[in-house]
Amino acid sequence: MSDLKHTDIEDGTEQITTDPTDAREKMRAGSMTYTLMPWIVGAVLLVIMPFIFTSNSALTIMNQMWITVVFALSYNMLLGQGGMLSFGHAVYAGVGGFAAMHIMNASDFFASFPLPVLPLFAGLFGMGLALIVGSFSTRNAGTVFAMISLGVGELIAACSVIIVAFFGGEEGISGDRTYAMPFFGNEFLQQIDVYYLTSFWVLLSAVLMYLWSRTPVGRMANAVRDNPERAEFLGYSARWVRFYSFVASGFFAGIAGGLFAINYEILTEENLNTASSGVILLVTFLGGVGFFFGPIIGAVVFTLVQTVLSLQTELWAFYAGVLFLATVMFFPGGLAGLIMMHVPAFKTGRAGTLVMPYIKTLLPAAVGVLAVSALVEMTFHVRHAATGDYDMTLFWTTFNSHSLLPWIIAIAVAVLAFWITRRNMPELRAAWATANTAREGTV
Amino acid sequence: MKKITKLGAVSALSMIVGASAAFAENIKIAFIDPLSGPFASTGTNGLHQFEFAADYMVNDDGGVLDGQKFEIIGYDNKISPKESLIQLQVAIDQGVRYIVQGNSSGVANALTEAIDKHNKRNPDSRVLFLNYAAVDPALTNEKCNFWHFRFDANADIKMDALTDVIAQQDDIKKVYIIGQDYSFGKAVSAAANKFLGEKRDDIEIVGDELHPIGKVKDFTPYARKIVASGADAVITGNWGADMLGLGKSVIENGFDGPIYTYYAAGSGITAAFGESGKDRIRLISQGGINPIASEEARAAYEAFEKKYPDGNIDQSRIFNVIGMLEKAIEQAGTADDVVAVAKELEGMEYETMWGGKLYMRPQDHQLIQDMHVGVHTDENIDFDYDQSGFGVLTESTVEMASMDSPTTCEMKRPE
Amino acid sequence: MELILVNVIDGLVTGLLLFMLSAGLTLIFSMMGVLNFAHASFYMLGAYFAYQISLALGFWMGLLLAPLIVGVLGAGVERYGLRRVHQYGHVPELIFTFGLALLIEELVQFIWGKNQMPYDIPDILNFTAFSIAGNSIPAYKIFMIFISVAIFIGLLYILTRTRVGMIIQAALSYPRTVEALGHNVPLIFMGVFGVGTALAGVAGVIAGPVLGTFPGMAFVLGSIVFVTIVIGGLGSLWGALVASLLIGWLTTFAKSYNIEMSNILNGIGIVTPSNLEDNIFRDLWTVTSPQIADILPYILMVLILIFRPAGLFGKRHT
Repeated sequence: MSDLKHTDIEDGTEQITTDPTDAREKMRAGSMTYTLMPWIVGAVLLVIMPFIFTSNSALTIMNQMWITVVFALSYNMLLGQGGMLSFGHAVYAGVGGFAAMHIMNASDFFASFPLPVLPLFAGLFGMGLALIVGSFSTRNAGTVFAMISLGVGELIAACSVIIVAFFGGEEGISGDRTYAMPFFGNEFLQQIDVYYLTSFWVLLSAVLMYLWSRTPVGRMANAVRDNPERAEFLGYSARWVRFYSFVASGFFAGIAGGLFAINYEILTEENLNTASSGVILLVTFLGGVGFFFGPIIGAVVFTLVQTVLSLQTELWAFYAGVLFLATVMFFPGGLAGLIMMHVPAFKTGRAGTLVMPYIKTLLPAAVGVLAVSALVEMTFHVRHAATGDYDMTLFWTTFNSHSLLPWIIAIAVAVLAFWITRRNMPELRAAWATANTAREGTV
Repeated sequence: MKKITKLGAVSALSMIVGASAAFAENIKIAFIDPLSGPFASTGTNGLHQFEFAADYMVNDDGGVLDGQKFEIIGYDNKISPKESLIQLQVAIDQGVRYIVQGNSSGVANALTEAIDKHNKRNPDSRVLFLNYAAVDPALTNEKCNFWHFRFDANADIKMDALTDVIAQQDDIKKVYIIGQDYSFGKAVSAAANKFLGEKRDDIEIVGDELHPIGKVKDFTPYARKIVASGADAVITGNWGADMLGLGKSVIENGFDGPIYTYYAAGSGITAAFGESGKDRIRLISQGGINPIASEEARAAYEAFEKKYPDGNIDQSRIFNVIGMLEKAIEQAGTADDVVAVAKELEGMEYETMWGGKLYMRPQDHQLIQDMHVGVHTDENIDFDYDQSGFGVLTESTVEMASMDSPTTCEMKRPE
Repeated sequence: MELILVNVIDGLVTGLLLFMLSAGLTLIFSMMGVLNFAHASFYMLGAYFAYQISLALGFWMGLLLAPLIVGVLGAGVERYGLRRVHQYGHVPELIFTFGLALLIEELVQFIWGKNQMPYDIPDILNFTAFSIAGNSIPAYKIFMIFISVAIFIGLLYILTRTRVGMIIQAALSYPRTVEALGHNVPLIFMGVFGVGTALAGVAGVIAGPVLGTFPGMAFVLGSIVFVTIVIGGLGSLWGALVASLLIGWLTTFAKSYNIEMSNILNGIGIVTPSNLEDNIFRDLWTVTSPQIADILPYILMVLILIFRPAGLFGKRHT
């Protein structure tokens, strides 16, 4: 393996996700089945979710998830489909969102159309900015593109506190969504109304982005990603293909920004800064850049970690970091890649043979991970809790973190769980090999 | 594939959101401030003070009304307006009716608008916003609303008191104003210009500038300008790492006058300044602790130190928030009807153990209180910060500061 | 006039500090072709380790030991982390360093808490070396200049005059040929990564007392290090030096002089609009150079990438 890694330095025209050789294959775009089924299932789920989770906070969290989905899908148009690594994608969503806020505050104009149209305007503004930036940034791919995106991202984020007239400084720009023209009598007062508006746009954007990836330009983006010279020989300008992808991506990012504006009715500097751009990169990668639905999974999982896990533990960012490192090191195809690894087994009809070995390894592994996280939490409690405050509650049990017993239990559980996992691993490997006889055994 | 992950999400969501309304008898107070990330230390210290104050002042004495307890629930907003609004929604769903927040005026602005809209749209689950530290004057002026109460003095009031002290120093002829480039930094600069002009028109303002917030790695160039300008004193509204960086750099590079500021104590800053800041840094704040105002306060501080040896009561107004809320709930006879509680809070007068009287001005919901100017020193310090031996010693006090200051607030009260 | 001299010295200190970080990063970049996002995190670790060691053994032992520990950690990260991820391509590598940066910040908070550490200049260096027109130049700054210049000369010597340096340079450009000649290339890479992170560690040790030792110190330094090596040209040590000094002086001078945008615009013949308050470009008119000092390097980088993508001293176009 090690002899491979230097090739790209020598030829000097390295692309970020290119060379289809070897292990990198795991990251490559796979083909999606052409059926409508996933979309129908998705639409039905979007509709029935609020009946399962009725509380406003669940709706708010789901809205946040869907917005992240649109944003991450638009990011993957660059990274996964076009091989362009951007460090400043948040600015397109942010500028679209700020434009939407300004429209919201332009009362006469805002009152002349219903609220669900607003994300379209935001998308156009995101696209407008992408047109300007793309005109010079897409000339090169690779590091040059990445660093220009970083520079432009930092510039616009810095402008947010300097150009107060547009960005509102540190406190941002806020407005009231209910001043739009009523939409069939609905003024979008409640979270549930906003939820369906968001869901509609998520589905529409996802379908459009999927269709875009099937157009000749979308296909050429893959070709340009993998081998720009060859694409040029075929008569396509690599630069223009990158430019079109970039502009389209800016449009959908803008839509995500517009949805954000409707949901939160405020936009601030954090919608533009490099931290947000970094987060969307992580989200997309966690989900898997090689598959269209990868970023959807990434967005859902990350939102849960950020919003729900942070309610449970102060150490959420620590766990998120571990999750990312583990994903990168062991599953470079992301969560989607992990799921798609099982497709051959399903095709050969042998997926059933994997169930038992999975239970035998994953269950103890999960217990082990929980036990280790318990140890981490206990260490944290001992170090940082108030003096005399020895009681801590973990997994619905309250105990004294300064006594020996819970430590012994946690360590014993962790060791035992990992020992069982290890013992059962060969069985899983064997099962995997039989289930994928057509493939090489790769776990 | 999509279905599987969504179902996973479903179960996680229901676990969290479903676990509400379990302790109906407690009065829940949501603490929405950073508990992770770069500002986590300030947030965590604030949470400890709230938890301690709730236990010490209310719960250990048998609670309020018929024995109801105050329950402080920490929500990590990562100092992001977006996260704050999500956490606000989660808190409201869990039955919280009182929101406390203080770090970052940007977050406070987002919260006060969101709460105003929420209360308008959802009259059944209205909440009050008790702001304990965000000092942007706009919150009690053009952006004021009935649901917001501020327990700290705003930036204008603090500057009014601070310039009272500066005006008495006859040897100060030139001042340099420097601050972070955002709403608060600008407010400090505007107020300093205004009050110095009114009180001492012979003082020349030799510099007035803003620097990017949280981005300056090295303050040396700014320090050079300050030294070169020949200033006798520096006024700054900087906080956190920006305060420490500016202060250390100014002192190291040869400036020998006083630095008048707002936030240069606790959270590691006092320890980091140490000897170099002695008699140089002067701070404006409410609730001075050296000398301590009452035996009751001494007992409270000692109990706190016993519980959190690494912690400081650097925001004694947190005790005022808890005390005044308790009193308002007792007088209203209910904790659920927040309109009734808010009406009790308006115009309330309260004797605080930290010294002096508090008055919640009804026109704009700004608390009027004594302001103290203290000096960073290690002499006569009973209660130090960061276990460094250094603390803030009160040098002068302005009673009921800015009692009659004007406000542009036009309060709209619910029926 | 005196102030210009003072600013030249201040800018030099800032620039040389930046150089210590960018020197290691540019070596690592040219070796692995990946932006090591965790580079500034190793700088932070250097400061924290040095603080911890200085409590027990004093500042000088911290200066000696902390970079060594950081270097060993860096080599470990290369050996057990990056090498594994390398086979998947560059994006996963980058994400790995990104996640690592996040994790290191969390770990630092876990161990040392969230407050700023009282890590101070050693007493022996805590005096004013000399003064220029009332501006004192602390002795510690002179010390920082000496350390960084010594490191630059040492690096240059090793890379161009020694056998090890020759092998490293060859391995950077023609790894397979070097491997065929019987050299252990993975070991060389691990060593370069270790040395690069150790340099970041040195920067942390000596910058910690002046710039503050707190969990956000890596983030504050953030991407400016990448900007430096991109401006200088990837893989070029001289480029890193020139770009670091350029950025050091550019930001220092921009902060020291209040140049308003309106002055520049008036200077080139554009008249300030009379009703500035209502003008949508009002904020642009009142922008001053200290406000934008820290984003000037980014503007410079974008311009350089547009007109000379290889950077100032870069030989090739990545």
